[in-house]
Amino acid sequence: MNVRQWAADLAMGVRFAFAGGREGWVRAVLTAVGVGLGVALLLLTTALPNALSQRDDRGNARQDFTYSGKQLPKADNTLVVANSDTTFRSKDVRGRMLEPDGAKAPLPPGLTKFPATGEMVVSPALDKLLKSGSGKLLRERLPYKITGTIAQTGLIGPAELAYYAGGKDLLQHRSGGNVERINYFGPSPNSTPDNLDPILLLLILIVFVVLLLPVGVFIAAAVRFGGDRRDQRLAALRLVGADGRMARRIAGGEALAGALLGLVLGTGFFLAGRQLASLIEVRDISMFPSDLNPSPLLALAVAVAVPAAAVLVTLFALRGVVIEPLGVVRKAKPPRRRLWWRLLMPLVGLAMLYPMIGQGNTNGNFNQWLVIGGTVLLLVGITALLPWIVEATVARLNSGSVSWQLAVRRLQLSSGTAARMVNGIAVAVAGAIALQMLFAGVEGDYTKETGNDVNRAQIEVSVDGGSSLAQANGQLARTKGVRHTSPISLTSVADRAKNPDGSVEVAVGSCAELQEVARLTGCRDGDIYRITGGGADLDQQTAQTAKAGRTVYFDPSYDSSPGHTVAWKVPAGLKKATHREDPTGYARDGLLITSGALPANAAQSLDQHVFVTLDTSVPDATDYVRNTAAKLDPLADVFTLAATRQSAQFTSIRTGLLVGATCVLVLIGASLLVSQLEQLRERRKLLSALVAFGTRRRTLSLSVLWQTAIPIGLGLALASTVGLTLGAVLLKMTATPVAIDWASVLMMTGIGGAVVLAVTLLSLPPLLRMMRPDGLRTE
Amino acid sequence: MSIGHTLLGLLESGPRHGYDLKRAFDEKFGHDRPLHYGQVYSTMSRLLKNGLVEVDGIEAGGGPERKRYAITDAGITDVQKWLATPEKPEPYLQSTLYTKVVLALLTHRDAAEILDVQRSEHLRGMRILTDRKRKGDLADQLICDHALFHLEADLRWLELTAARLEKLAEVVAK
Amino acid sequence: MTTHPAGSLLAAEELRKAYGPTTALDGAEFSIHPGEVVAVMGPSGSGKSTLLHCLAGIVPPDSGSITYNGQEMATMSDAQRSALRRSEFGFVFQFGQLVPELTCVENVALPLRLNGTHRKEAERAALHWMERLEVDDLAKKRPGEVSGGQGQRVAVARSLVTNPRVLFADEPTGALDSLNGERVMELLTEAARSTNAAVVLVTHEARVAAYSDREIVVRDGKSKDMERIV
Repeated sequence: MNVRQWAADLAMGVRFAFAGGREGWVRAVLTAVGVGLGVALLLLTTALPNALSQRDDRGNARQDFTYSGKQLPKADNTLVVANSDTTFRSKDVRGRMLEPDGAKAPLPPGLTKFPATGEMVVSPALDKLLKSGSGKLLRERLPYKITGTIAQTGLIGPAELAYYAGGKDLLQHRSGGNVERINYFGPSPNSTPDNLDPILLLLILIVFVVLLLPVGVFIAAAVRFGGDRRDQRLAALRLVGADGRMARRIAGGEALAGALLGLVLGTGFFLAGRQLASLIEVRDISMFPSDLNPSPLLALAVAVAVPAAAVLVTLFALRGVVIEPLGVVRKAKPPRRRLWWRLLMPLVGLAMLYPMIGQGNTNGNFNQWLVIGGTVLLLVGITALLPWIVEATVARLNSGSVSWQLAVRRLQLSSGTAARMVNGIAVAVAGAIALQMLFAGVEGDYTKETGNDVNRAQIEVSVDGGSSLAQANGQLARTKGVRHTSPISLTSVADRAKNPDGSVEVAVGSCAELQEVARLTGCRDGDIYRITGGGADLDQQTAQTAKAGRTVYFDPSYDSSPGHTVAWKVPAGLKKATHREDPTGYARDGLLITSGALPANAAQSLDQHVFVTLDTSVPDATDYVRNTAAKLDPLADVFTLAATRQSAQFTSIRTGLLVGATCVLVLIGASLLVSQLEQLRERRKLLSALVAFGTRRRTLSLSVLWQTAIPIGLGLALASTVGLTLGAVLLKMTATPVAIDWASVLMMTGIGGAVVLAVTLLSLPPLLRMMRPDGLRTE
Repeated sequence: MSIGHTLLGLLESGPRHGYDLKRAFDEKFGHDRPLHYGQVYSTMSRLLKNGLVEVDGIEAGGGPERKRYAITDAGITDVQKWLATPEKPEPYLQSTLYTKVVLALLTHRDAAEILDVQRSEHLRGMRILTDRKRKGDLADQLICDHALFHLEADLRWLELTAARLEKLAEVVAK
Repeated sequence: MTTHPAGSLLAAEELRKAYGPTTALDGAEFSIHPGEVVAVMGPSGSGKSTLLHCLAGIVPPDSGSITYNGQEMATMSDAQRSALRRSEFGFVFQFGQLVPELTCVENVALPLRLNGTHRKEAERAALHWMERLEVDDLAKKRPGEVSGGQGQRVAVARSLVTNPRVLFADEPTGALDSLNGERVMELLTEAARSTNAAVVLVTHEARVAAYSDREIVVRDGKSKDMERIV
């Protein structure tokens, strides 16, 4: 056997794949579409890391705030930048106000010139939103004249909402840390790169394994489309003198043809999908088509591996088959499927994962290869176990209605085919269940309990000290959708005016307002309270600082941030108040000063906050409040109180998994449908005969349903078991208490079930068409 | 069918009286048409003259029917030669049916009707044979099958001709 | 509606049916009495199979009337016609009719099961018919494991298992050699006669048609009753 012979036989197979008349074409195209979808998904996976790093690069290049704590002197090459981020409905809008100090001020990426005061440059997505009817509310908040758009280099995604507006006297605003003078855009030397922590890395690794494995299984199934017809052709080849090995290689060549065409289609799908990617926005994340560039090395690997795998799978599939000149004979009784090596695979997988149990919290580094190997073996174990389980179960099924009998007998004859089709779904579901479980378990660590009491207030607005709190409160209270407002002013006092060692919190307001942040009795305007109950140390510090007759300082200055420091002589007769959590969940210590007791000149040193309770029945209530706040102060910080906040990184991984798992299941559903239709077409005559002697359409439809539902039911059961096991092991690895997330089990099996139903429903119209008596016509 | 060769063949298993010969023949081959005695004696006397049989003995009472015949070596050779010679396939080139059809066309009568009537008659004959075959033994079945196949062949010719009547009419009209 | 002979079980008049531009039936007539075997003959493409499909209620004709037992088929719903085929009619085709996954006895029992008969009972009846057709030893085999002649006998057993009043046979011996074909025809006609079932026998072989009582020839979509021409 030499290379030339091999090449000649493979080439002949390729020719056969396309020269087999209409039938051959259909088969080749079906295979190619299957392989193509797989290739597209593979290319997408290889392109994702690149896309994410491109995103990161652009995100880094436009970093502005250094948080260095040092004030740059004003110079020709400096720029004052203020963060005016806002949120519109559920979408985040990145906002910056720019005030160049001189001609050489650094220009942010994506801009060609600075917007003048009252003007702004917007991202294309924001531009579209503002011009649309639904963006009217946001337009009120951003009343600046639009003078240009931000180029791609200044955006992390095509759907990003962002603007740069011209500002004036930005440093006059006292919004702690939200205004800074900078002299370049780019990563600050202080900021450390946001390294993924080991558990997140583990999650990402598993997501990739879980998504790619079913694609592999799927490609393996796709090259076997139309196996029966191919068998006939191979037999005919043997009849004219090809030997058994040649026939096998020719079969391999046919698969190769489909795979090669699939590569072309896959590239096409990928390129088309890439263009569509800019239209798709998943939870605020969108991609520029040009970002989705697979690394050439990985793309080359895909281009070589897929056709090679196609040929190998075909040769492997033919190992139990003798191709005779008069027909293909499957070895009379295929060797009974043995259990031991099928069980061995998942067990070895578990053994590989075992040594890493408990590493997550102590020294969070996992051996990546053991993790990948163990997970792969465990999941691939499903594809080994499932055929055995389907065979063993189906052999024991019996009796029942006619539709059930038809389906069961069919499965008994070819349980392997059925299991192969379901393998992909089972692997995808098992992986997804394990991951969901891992997510649910780890979620606690990554979701911060914010402790906000959202029943009392839903929004906290911080307004600049320059405008009057009463005015702000009044305007917010009159805003549409607001039920109740509760203003409070905050500051601090210390025993020194400059660089004090410690300071004591101070809240200022009316008696009613102060009631919101502490428990006090018999309050009258002019009273001052000292809060106790926060622990001996804090109580003592407060008592010491607020000793009657002592001079203390409101809003003390620090080198890095000067305050509006005002001296104050502590009066006698402080009352005592006790702890109470404010609407943000914070129980404060320190002093409470009723407005009447506050020295007039201290008003400037107050941070002013308004807690807003919304009438949730009014749509867009939150956005009305944001608009009012923006009118009061464009840099006003509007903080929506929520019961929990998820880590952003975490959200995107979870989103990725959901999107991926859905894609994979849809893909597999499509292949199930294709093979189902192919099988139906081969039985056209039989179906017509069955209808002729009076079989109800319902009976045949139901039998098609059972035929898919039985193996998928078994597959889902196995997938749930393996998924839960893998999930439990992964949770143990991260040292998180093991809890079964039934919701995710239900959801994933539900999606699997929905795929069965969809496949059955979609194959019904062709089935009904094939059941028409035309199929009986022979002439 | 050569009656002489058949009778010779029957004698090969041993000498027989003329009467026995007739009975054996009728039983195995006669079916519809039994042999006349006269036919047996004229045939036997021809065979005697040619030296293919000899008289083995005559029973008391005389008369030709009492003669017992035996086959001679020359007779055995003759049977052997007859069996080994293939029958000439009969081509039936001159068919009455064909003549009828052409005549009908020439005289502008309905040729299709003639064919259909004949077809119906043929099928009726086939039905009778099929029925007899069903009730008969293996010999009956083989004989009926022979006839059935011939009738079927005729019937196929009838069908074919019916399908080609228009063309035939054109040819005949020239 | 009374041009067809009185007392007929199934009768059709003026049947017309076209598949697209191809005319399959062009005014065909038909009638059959209980216990009668009628052969439908004719060249390929003459419309004999279409006539059978129309008579059996598988394909609705474009025009014309078909009455079964005095009832006009056109007035029945598809479900009613299916029920009729399940319970009153039996079918034997040339090939492609046995479900390859089911065993022979399950195949024979299938029409009964479709009618709601319990599995055990259906298979007992099936076995009885398989005995009559001399294929009871194949009960546990699958159609792929038996010869063509045996398979066809199984199919005949299946067509008779519901004790149909009309048996439709479309080239039932088409795929068999003459010996097997004749045996199948003998068993089929015998069984049908014993149950007084009518048989509509579509064939292009005269020797198969010779098992009939009467012959109809279909040419170019028109039927001709060969008994009435003499």
